[in-house]
Amino acid sequence: MSSTPSSGEHNAAAVAGHEPGAAGQKPVLSVRQLRVEFPTRHATLVALDDISFDIAPGEVLGVVGESGAGKSMIGNAVIQLLEPPGHIAGGEVHLSGRRIDDLAEEDFVPLRGRHIGMIFQDPLTSLNPLFSIGDQLIETLRTHLPIGEKQARERALALLTEVGIPAPETRLDSYPHQFSGGMRQRVVIALALAAEPELIIADEPTTALDVSVQAQILALLKRVCAERGAAVMLVTHDMGVIAETADRVAVMYAGRLIEIGPVNEVIRHPQHPYTVGLMASIPGLAKRRERLYQIEGAMPRLAAIPTGCAFNPRCPHAAERCRTERPELLPVGGSRAACWLHDPENPLPRRDTLDTRQGEPALDSPGETAR
Amino acid sequence: MSRIQPIQTGSRQTGPSPTAESGEVLLEATDLARHFDVSRPWLNRVLERAEKLTLKAVDGVSFTIRRGETVALVGESGCGKSTVARLIVGLYGLTRGRLIFDGQDISDLARRSGRQSAAIRQRFQMIFQDPYASLNPLWRVGTIIGEPLRFFRPEMSGADRRRRVGELLEQVGMSPADALRYPHEFSGGQRQRISIARALANEPEFMVCDEPTSALDVSVQAQILNLMKDLQQQYGLTYLFISHDMAVVKHMADRIAVMYLGRIAEIAPADQLFATPHHPYSRMLLAAVPSLEGEGRERTMIEGEVPNPVHPPSGCAFHPRCPYAEARCRAEVPLMIARSDGSEVACHAVEEGRIGP
Repeated sequence: MSSTPSSGEHNAAAVAGHEPGAAGQKPVLSVRQLRVEFPTRHATLVALDDISFDIAPGEVLGVVGESGAGKSMIGNAVIQLLEPPGHIAGGEVHLSGRRIDDLAEEDFVPLRGRHIGMIFQDPLTSLNPLFSIGDQLIETLRTHLPIGEKQARERALALLTEVGIPAPETRLDSYPHQFSGGMRQRVVIALALAAEPELIIADEPTTALDVSVQAQILALLKRVCAERGAAVMLVTHDMGVIAETADRVAVMYAGRLIEIGPVNEVIRHPQHPYTVGLMASIPGLAKRRERLYQIEGAMPRLAAIPTGCAFNPRCPHAAERCRTERPELLPVGGSRAACWLHDPENPLPRRDTLDTRQGEPALDSPGETAR
Repeated sequence: MSRIQPIQTGSRQTGPSPTAESGEVLLEATDLARHFDVSRPWLNRVLERAEKLTLKAVDGVSFTIRRGETVALVGESGCGKSTVARLIVGLYGLTRGRLIFDGQDISDLARRSGRQSAAIRQRFQMIFQDPYASLNPLWRVGTIIGEPLRFFRPEMSGADRRRRVGELLEQVGMSPADALRYPHEFSGGQRQRISIARALANEPEFMVCDEPTSALDVSVQAQILNLMKDLQQQYGLTYLFISHDMAVVKHMADRIAVMYLGRIAEIAPADQLFATPHHPYSRMLLAAVPSLEGEGRERTMIEGEVPNPVHPPSGCAFHPRCPYAEARCRAEVPLMIARSDGSEVACHAVEEGRIGP
């Protein structure tokens, strides 16, 4: 990335043309060739490398990946909460057409909460234990909106009702520890929605919750965001959550975006060998398989990302080209995948003996024990 | 899976547990209970006139596990599933109830000293959830895996022990050379392999696995679950598998017990439970799981959350959230009743036929 941060305002948007799903509408969030680096004593670690995507108003973009893939890093980079020495080393982030990645901290502060809402995994750490729920909501409302104490209290009540907290008049004066986990996460959602931001970044919002509560919270998040036309970036490791909540999915691997497309396409017809393996390794509720497909090895550490395609040492189809040349996102089916299998001019041949598609041959033979 | 018991379609009514079907019973738990005193300190109680508070983490749980099968306990946080695991391996003492392991009464295991119970203890092992907390960071992997051997087989020579540690590492898909490294050098999945190798050291018959893959990524989870299935086939291991993840449980278990607030709501063969859950809570739990196949599926939303176990609801603990609750459910604790299809359900509505099949 050699583009100087202050160069042209919207030249990056031209690259965005072929983003499916964002067609027609002007995207709320537009990320172009985002690169995040962590300089260390020995080397510079690239935590995010060449990430580009858009989110349209009212759309839920799921970002999935395993730990260390960099999925939370995208949210943190967008909202400029990267932990030093991490910093944006290239690319652009536009919020509703306005470039925000080059803003100074004091110019960025008014955006947080007002234009970008955040929902974190643990509701207890996102709420101040010393202030009542009402105080925290009213403070947030009055910081961002020009309203008086009384109006703010009414808005706070309306918000608590909207997120499904029973008897909000009495709960307004309760403290966070008096709420259960699910109720706290509802309060956090109310806080994130308070100033009606255009974009909500939800980082593992239901990971700390039980399944029955998880379903309630996801339905709530989806409903309130759809009603307000807010764009949502839902970061999670749980494919089931993505399948039920997101409109489009972005799959991350080793700091790179390796596949992006409509949720049905990516889940039913994954195109990148990593996504294929990931889907086949998830135990299903519908059918019972004797063995799960397993991707051998582990995700590379940031200090040792292989050259070419980062997945090549674990990929059953890998060829010489994968080890030297890094694939871009290439259109395939309804989505795009960064894999030379889908090169329109010179597609890499599939190794059919190792075909991982649903892994049927390997999964059904009980005689084949591992290793 | 040859171990899945055929679902009984006849009308044969069995006793409180369907043990008569086949296979030798390895573990029999009868009316297990564990209560914790969660009161404030004595002085506070006197000054603030606070009452004594008891948390009934487990309150009357009975089940059996046959040799070679996998029984799973599922439920949401606070339902007591991990407490049951700890009761069985003797990490907690029983408040009430009886545990029979392979014909021997082990109800007082928690009170026996290590040497006294060595003969029985080495026959079962436990795998914990957090592979970061369950391995001593100051010990080399070889020492960690060799520890059970040093304790239970003090006669074994150092060279033999090192050889056995190498074998164990190979069995779990690692290299014998890893014995010289420290836990921090390994990823979460590899640490869980080390935990499994340690548990296997004394060739146990029975393993209690408390959320063994909950801290792992899905691709690593697949590796560990496959490894556990392979080891089960190889050594005829019996598993008590504890998890909150319905899909994982479905993949692993032959029979599943659904727990709610310290009691079992339903026990059924795995396929049976997923095809026709009886208890309203089992139905809710299954319907709430986000599923890859389930887009556009009608998700029945159940209101409310798990109540505080210090003050559980009267009667059936599930009644405040249950759409079928009646006066009897609020007053009377339902008992486990065996059904003709091989399941056992603790629900008045199911018993009275108010809920369809």
